[in-house]
Amino acid sequence: MALLKVDRETCTGCGLCLQVCPFGALTLDNENIIVASEACNGCGACVPECPSGSLSLPEPGKKPEINTKDYSGVWVWVEQCDGKAASISWEMIGQGRRLADTRGADLTACVLGYQTEAIAQEAMAYGADRVMVVDDPTLKIYRTDPYARCLVELVKQYRPEIFLLGASTRGRDLAGAVATYLYTGLTADCTGLEIEEGSNLLLQIRPAFGGNIMATIKCPDYRPQMATVRHHVFEMPQSDKSRQGQVIQGKPVMPEEEIATKVLDLIVEKNEVNIADAKIIVSGGRGVKGPEGFGIIHELADVLGGAVGASRAAVDSGWISYAHQVGQTGRTVRPDLYIACGISGAIQHQAGMRTSKIIVAINKDPEAPIFQIADYGIVGDLFAVVPALTKALKKRLNK
Amino acid sequence: MQAIVCIKQVPDTTEVKIDPEKGTLIREGVPSIINPFDTYAIEEALRLREKFGGKVTVITMGPPQALSALKEAVAMGADEAILLSDQAFAGADTWATSYTLAAAIRKIGSFDLIFCGRQAIDGDTGQVGPGVATQLQINQLTYVCRISNLDFDQKKIEVERLVEEGKEVVQSSLPCLITVVKDINQPRYPTILGIRRSQKIQIPVWTANDLEVNRDYLGLNGSPTRVVKIETPPPRQGKGQIIQAESIEQQVAILAEKLIAEKIIV
Ligand SMILES: Cc1cc2nc3c(=O)[nH]c(=O)nc-3n(C[C@H](O)[C@H](O)[C@H](O)COP(=O)(O)OP(=O)(O)OC[C@H]3O[C@@H](n4cnc5c(N)ncnc54)[C@H](O)[C@@H]3O)c2cc1C
Ligand SMILES: Nc1ncnc2c1ncn2[C@@H]1O[C@H](COP(=O)(O)O)[C@@H](O)[C@H]1O
Repeated sequence: MALLKVDRETCTGCGLCLQVCPFGALTLDNENIIVASEACNGCGACVPECPSGSLSLPEPGKKPEINTKDYSGVWVWVEQCDGKAASISWEMIGQGRRLADTRGADLTACVLGYQTEAIAQEAMAYGADRVMVVDDPTLKIYRTDPYARCLVELVKQYRPEIFLLGASTRGRDLAGAVATYLYTGLTADCTGLEIEEGSNLLLQIRPAFGGNIMATIKCPDYRPQMATVRHHVFEMPQSDKSRQGQVIQGKPVMPEEEIATKVLDLIVEKNEVNIADAKIIVSGGRGVKGPEGFGIIHELADVLGGAVGASRAAVDSGWISYAHQVGQTGRTVRPDLYIACGISGAIQHQAGMRTSKIIVAINKDPEAPIFQIADYGIVGDLFAVVPALTKALKKRLNK
Repeated sequence: MQAIVCIKQVPDTTEVKIDPEKGTLIREGVPSIINPFDTYAIEEALRLREKFGGKVTVITMGPPQALSALKEAVAMGADEAILLSDQAFAGADTWATSYTLAAAIRKIGSFDLIFCGRQAIDGDTGQVGPGVATQLQINQLTYVCRISNLDFDQKKIEVERLVEEGKEVVQSSLPCLITVVKDINQPRYPTILGIRRSQKIQIPVWTANDLEVNRDYLGLNGSPTRVVKIETPPPRQGKGQIIQAESIEQQVAILAEKLIAEKIIV
C-alpha cells in the first residue's frame, strides 16, 4: 500500500530520496529506479528532494464543507474525579494560555461534573478567560457517552480552533470519541505544541515508533485541531486567585435513562505509589536482580524523601508492581532528581523520564545508553554504590 | 458469543534502530509482529468463546503482508480472519482507520463484543478503539483489566478498568467495544493444530469495493491529520559527568556534594 508515486520515465535513480526517507522505505530496483515499500506512509519528505520531480503523493480530494475561519479560541477539557480536578488539566491550561496568547484568542476551560463551582474558579486562577460549566448529576462521574456528546454539542455551538485534553485514561477515552463524532484530527501524546507562523496552524509534535522518531502533525482542513498531552510533559502554571473570568452554563444532552453505562465502584488502590508527583525518584531495573534488590533502592529513596520507580524489565519480572513503572507504557515523570540504578536506558524508558531536571545513572556497563543522557554517572556495581550513597547522604543530611 | 478482534501488524519497535548519520529508521531486518497489546485482546476473546461458545473473528487493515498476523491469530485459535487491504486505505490516520474497520464490522454483521488493544506500539495513540465504537454507535470500555461478569440474556457486561486512581467497576450493555490492558490475561502460544489450520485457511481480502463506504473518507484522503515532518529526537543534553575516584566512598561523597550544590537535596 505504498502511497508514493514514482514516475518511472523520469526517475534517474540518483538515490537522493533514499537519503531522506525517515522510514527506510525506498530502494532501487534492478532497473535502477526507485520503488517504495509498504513502510512508506506518505510523509512526503522525499518529494521536494527529487531533482527530476519524479516523486508525488496522491492529491487530496474533496474536503468537508467547513470554513476554518469560523473557528477561533483555545479550549481545554478540565478532568475531575470526585469533585477534584486532575493536575494534568492545569498543565493543559498552561499550554492553552500560551497558544491562545500567540493566536490573540480566548482560553476556555470546559468543566463537566456535578457541583463543580470550585473547579471553575480554579480554572480561572490558572489562566482561563472563561469557563464553560455543565453541571448535572448525570455528569458526576466520568462516562464516555454523556461527556462526549455534551462536548460535541458545545464544540458545534462555539467552534473552538484548538481543543486540548490531558492524555489520562479518561482524556484519551473521551478525545477519541469526540474527534470521531466531529470528524476532525486528533494527535495523541504530544510533547510539543506550537503555532506555525504564517499558516497559524497548530504544530503537534509527538514521539512515534517507541520514541525512536519525532513526528510533526498538522490538521489543516478540519476543526477543532485536537490534541492530547501526557502528564508532566509541560510545567504547571502559576495560580493567581485574583484572576477573574466569565462563567457560561451549558446543558447536558443525555438523560440518565439513555446512558447505557453505570460506574458501580471505584476501587482506590491503597498506598498507591504516586511516582508521577514525586520530586525525587530512585528507580531500579533488571540490574537490581530480584525483589530483594529493591530493598537498597527503597533505602536510598527513603533517605531522600523520594519515591521508588522501576523499568519495565523489573516490573515484567514481577519484582515490583506496575504502578512503579516509568516509561512509554508506564508513567511519565518529571522529578527534580531521577536516579537510575541498573537501568540500561532504553528509548522507551527514556520516554518517561528524560525531562527530569537532574539524572543520575548507576550502572556497571560504561556503554549503557543511560549515561548519554545522565548528568552524573557512576560506573560500578549498584549493590556497592547504592548503599554507599545512602550512607553518605545520611551522614551529610544528618539523618 | 460473537467476538471480533481488531489487530494490527507493527514493526517490533524494540528492534527499530536509527541510522545515526541519516537520522532515519532502519527497517531492514526488523521483524513484523502482532501489536503486543492485541495478543491480549485475542486471548480474551478466545477465553470467552471457550466459556460461552460462539466464534472469534480477527480483522486487520493493512498491506498484503499483514496476512501473516492474521494467520498467527488463527494459529492461536481464532475461527475466522479477514484482511482489509486496498490502495485506497493507504495512509489512513486513526480517523480513517476507525471508519474503515467500522465499515468492515458492519459487513460482518452480528457481534456481541469487539476487542482492541489499548494502543498500537508504532503509533501509540489508543484512538482507534474509541473511534470504532463511536463510528458503530456502541459503548466503549477502555483499559479493561478484567471482565467480571457477562450475561448474554440480559445483554449486560461488567468490567474493571484501570484508571489513574485504581480500578473502576463499570457496567454496560451489549454489544460493546473493549480495549484491553495486559493485566487482563496471559496470551497463549499457537498450538501445532492451530498452526496447521492457519496454513490451510483461506483468508478473504476485502477491498473498498466490498465495503459500504464513502471513498472520500478512506486512506490519506479521508484523514484529517497530516504528518509534515519526521525527525530523530534531539538527545537530552545531560552534563554527562562520570564521577571517578579512588574508592566508591569517595565517588558517592562527590556525587552527594554535587547534588547538594544543585540545591536538589536539602
Ligand atoms: C512497546 C514497548 C513499550 C515499552 N515501555 C517501557 C516502559 O514504559 N518503561 C520501560 O522501562 N521499558 C519499556 N519497554 C522496555 C524497554 O525496551 C527495555 O527493555 C527496558 O526498559 C529495559 O529495562 P532495564 O534497563 O531494567 O533492563 P536492561 O536493559 O536489561 O538493563 C539492565 C542494566 O543493568 C545493568 N546492571 C546489571 N547488573 C548491575 C549491577 N550489579 N550494578 C549496576 N548495574 C547493573 C546492566 O549493565 C544493564 O545496563 C518497552 C518496550 C516496548 C517494546
Ligand atoms: N490497521 C488496523 N487494523 C486493525 N486494528 C487496528 C488497526 N489499527 C489499530 N487497530 C486496533 O486499535 C488498537 C489501538 O491502535 P492505535 O489507536 O493505533 O494505538 C490496536 O491495539 C488494534 O486493536
